Amino acid sequence: MALTGVLRPGHVALRVLDMVASVRHYTEVLGLIETARDDKGRVFLKAWDEHDHHSVVLRETDSAGMDYMGWRVDSPATLERLAKDIEVSKLATDLNWVAAGEHPCTGRRFRFTTPTGHVMELYAEKEKIGNGMPTTNPEVWPDGLLGMAPTRFDHCLLYGDDLDNTMKLFIDVLGFTLTEQVVAGPDKLVISAFMTCSNKPHDVAFIRQPVKNKFHHASFLLDNWGEVLKAADIISKKRVSLDIGPTRHGITRGETIYFFDPSGNRNEVFSGGYISYPDRPVLTWTDDELGRAIFYHDRKLNHAFLSVVT
Amino acid sequence: MQALAFRIHIENCGESFICADGQNVLRGMECLGRRGIPVGCRGGGCGVCKVRVLEGGYRTDKMSRACVSEDEQAQGYALACRLFASGDLRLQVVGPMARALGGSATNFIFYGAPAAPPGSTD
Repeated sequence: MALTGVLRPGHVALRVLDMVASVRHYTEVLGLIETARDDKGRVFLKAWDEHDHHSVVLRETDSAGMDYMGWRVDSPATLERLAKDIEVSKLATDLNWVAAGEHPCTGRRFRFTTPTGHVMELYAEKEKIGNGMPTTNPEVWPDGLLGMAPTRFDHCLLYGDDLDNTMKLFIDVLGFTLTEQVVAGPDKLVISAFMTCSNKPHDVAFIRQPVKNKFHHASFLLDNWGEVLKAADIISKKRVSLDIGPTRHGITRGETIYFFDPSGNRNEVFSGGYISYPDRPVLTWTDDELGRAIFYHDRKLNHAFLSVVT
Repeated sequence: MQALAFRIHIENCGESFICADGQNVLRGMECLGRRGIPVGCRGGGCGVCKVRVLEGGYRTDKMSRACVSEDEQAQGYALACRLFASGDLRLQVVGPMARALGGSATNFIFYGAPAAPPGSTD
């Protein structure tokens, strides 16, 4: 196996203000599939082409935002090794183990807080419940899909202060690759980093801002630009709060649309991008071209897009 | 019979608009193409459309406690996207982007740049 270590973003846990409205949004608008509820009232969902039990966790409370993001690693041995490496690195805080079963159908998770204040966790085991089709002689998509019906939870964009040490944690300790960065000013301060544990344009991205633990968006993958346009139709049809799009990013080249869940957490659905092998040169954008880097067509900075976080 | 509607007056910029009964104040402003209150998530989560009601009757839906504390709520603070008038309202914009009403400043920090870079303003 050539892709080892941290395999992918496995789940994102979001806080919502109204569970009924949120479940309706994530199932009927976004088109995820509900797979479980637990005795704490949390709701677990997955995108149709994900085999693992869940990739989105919703928890009703009195504020919006992200509780944590989880990463699937290739084996229990890797989980042990990375937990030790994180501890030795001293780059993360609040290290602890979450018991197996705390998430349904999921093994134990190693939890830590990044220097930007975001809670992350690694886990090696989550039950594979399938994508609604056989693994021998399958079809290409299952029946009964609703809404935008993305194939998977893809990445998050997060805001925080200590970007330098968070990059060290992801790159030096967890084995991520930097794919793109934004630099600002004469000293070329890195103000944004796009990193992958696989060969995507990003599995997680951070923007440097003087805050801790802020959530910009969780993103879900569509097949093509036509599906992005159809997502825009669904946003209007279902009277969903639109942020911006359909448009195209310079950074990552993604074809995209952004909107908000009923609690104000930003969602993205997107298609496109490129394959990033680990030896691909890092792409660098400068702050004077940031408008084009973010939105390649209108080439303007959008205040609401940059400023609205939960 | 004409549907109930109320006049919403924004102190900061002197703008006012008519908002239908049962429609949230932010949506009322947006669907008339009016400006004055910064628009964020429209879901009570981000706090960008935070206002203080100076005068008038209203009710609110659930808002993020990270944006409006219980004390603030008691003092008339609310998120315009969760604010429903029951009479004419006079309100003041107080959210993190309130300065953006003037044109360019936001709470987003452009590191390394002495000011917002060219082309950054709408």
